[in-house]
Amino acid sequence: MTAVRTDPKAPAARQRRRARRTDRAGAGWTALAWLVGLLFFLPVLWMVLTGFKREVDAASNPPTWVFTPVLDGYRQVFDRDITPYLLNSLMASVVSTLFVLLLATPAAYALSIRPVAKWRDVLFFFISTKMLPAVAALLPIYLLVKELGLLDNVWTMVVLYTAMNLPLAVWMMRSFLLEVPPALIEAAAVDGASVLVTIRRILLPIVAPGLAATALICFIFSWNEFFFAVNLTATRAGTSPIFLVGFITSEGLFLARLCAAATLVSLPVVLAGWIAQKQLVRGLSMGAVK
Amino acid sequence: MSQTRTTGVVVTPRAPVAAPARGRADGRWARRAPLLPALVFAIVVTQIPFLVTLYLSTLDWNALRPGERSFAGLANYAQVLTDGRLRAALLNTVVLTACAVVASVLLGLGVAILLDRRFPGRGVVRTLLITPFLVMPMAAALLWKHAIYNPAYGLINGIVGGSTDWVSQYPMLSVVATLVWQWTPFMMLIILAGLQSQSTEILEAARVDGAGAWQIFSRVTLPHLRPYLELGALLGSIYLVQTFDAVFTITQGGPGTATTNLPYEIYLTTFRKFEYGEAAAAGVVVVIATIVVATFALRVISSLFRLEDAR
Repeated sequence: MTAVRTDPKAPAARQRRRARRTDRAGAGWTALAWLVGLLFFLPVLWMVLTGFKREVDAASNPPTWVFTPVLDGYRQVFDRDITPYLLNSLMASVVSTLFVLLLATPAAYALSIRPVAKWRDVLFFFISTKMLPAVAALLPIYLLVKELGLLDNVWTMVVLYTAMNLPLAVWMMRSFLLEVPPALIEAAAVDGASVLVTIRRILLPIVAPGLAATALICFIFSWNEFFFAVNLTATRAGTSPIFLVGFITSEGLFLARLCAAATLVSLPVVLAGWIAQKQLVRGLSMGAVK
Repeated sequence: MSQTRTTGVVVTPRAPVAAPARGRADGRWARRAPLLPALVFAIVVTQIPFLVTLYLSTLDWNALRPGERSFAGLANYAQVLTDGRLRAALLNTVVLTACAVVASVLLGLGVAILLDRRFPGRGVVRTLLITPFLVMPMAAALLWKHAIYNPAYGLINGIVGGSTDWVSQYPMLSVVATLVWQWTPFMMLIILAGLQSQSTEILEAARVDGAGAWQIFSRVTLPHLRPYLELGALLGSIYLVQTFDAVFTITQGGPGTATTNLPYEIYLTTFRKFEYGEAAAAGVVVVIATIVVATFALRVISSLFRLEDAR
């Protein structure tokens, strides 16, 4: 470094040399970034590839990278009737997400735009329910649900997932509502707009992307939820992770089938997450990180 | 119409997070009304089960012996606190959570730094990197257990050779590695957001003043990232301390109790041993421990969000 700096001659050549060096270093960093990205993606790629293999190729050692893709794995998964499980998941996640938005948006309004007196306490009450371990609530919930005859019922899951995602949604929606410029709301009030009109014409259009981001996060968490599902549902209301439980103990050649099923149940969330990458960060951090 | 006016006026004079209403009672209730459905629902669904747990924890109740349900006082707690299995589970929970959180934060930091510069295909690399977090945890656990760790046809042995049975020889490491693979993208996203919120002027100024790359990183970037690292670690801990899918799938808590964490142990007590009273007592102990940790965590969150509000 010092040698270069004290060199009195040819500053242009020096600059060129430095530029070339940073170019080379830059290429190195780029290659490293790609390598790391591919390394993290490798298991997913492997899962997708294996899902299209014949069972013999799937369980080969050394691993088969080149093969003729077949749909046997997927056919078997559908033969074993994965469809009702997927539909249960869809029902539980979509309906619970709707409920969460319906409950959380007004609550967030009362914690941001027209705050109640103890809004900070309420906010922390919500987040504290998220910290209490689900396992401590499992037994009473199980007994209660059994008593009511609601075991293996998809509506039970809807209620639980609503409760599970509510705190997250309240925090997120609050962070989005806080971004609405106060001047807009004031102007609407000066013009004599009612609260409902203000909400519909001014707030909702502005926070619509926020609603979408919140919905995405709630959908992801309820779609992937396993703990309550495995303990409270069985064949009738089983969600897609429950379909996978049968694969835990290995029996014969089943790897292609397993990977086909794993790819299939992961697909909705992976696609949704890919499309909405921007919203993902903010959602995962409950609105703290923009 | 007249109602319209009055509510409008209340909103007008102040900015959104204005001084909360202290005026007439009906005004206060008008403010509370939108909050109540969510609040009542949260209290009913999350708090009542805990009260029931508290009650159940004082019973001597094993579901395999129907009709024999009696008050046992604090006997279950004595049982739980002196039980070696539970202490092992507590230790496993701490080890599993701490290792997974620390490793994924560090890896996430590294990956975020790699992604914090422009390069060809950056969007694609980012997309590849977040995918592990989006794969269903149950599917990820199965994938790692069978397609990656399997001694005969798993991907690791397929690439590096040998016939190591990863899950039985390194059970805790197998579970943690799977979790780190899933959670590094989460940490990366939060830390990357932190890196990108740095002002380029400050970095440029440091460079002009002759600071080296490492100096800039440790003196400027790292302090700036601190709240983001804390937030990532905190949220990661909240989720990872409740790890169930990976343990249930990959090791079933074994071999022995080597990877049995608290959620899995309480699950076993409830649905394998049917010791309802004991399971409830263990649940209460976990809740108390969580409250202790969470009080601290809430303070951190609170300071983080005050920071955010101040900006």
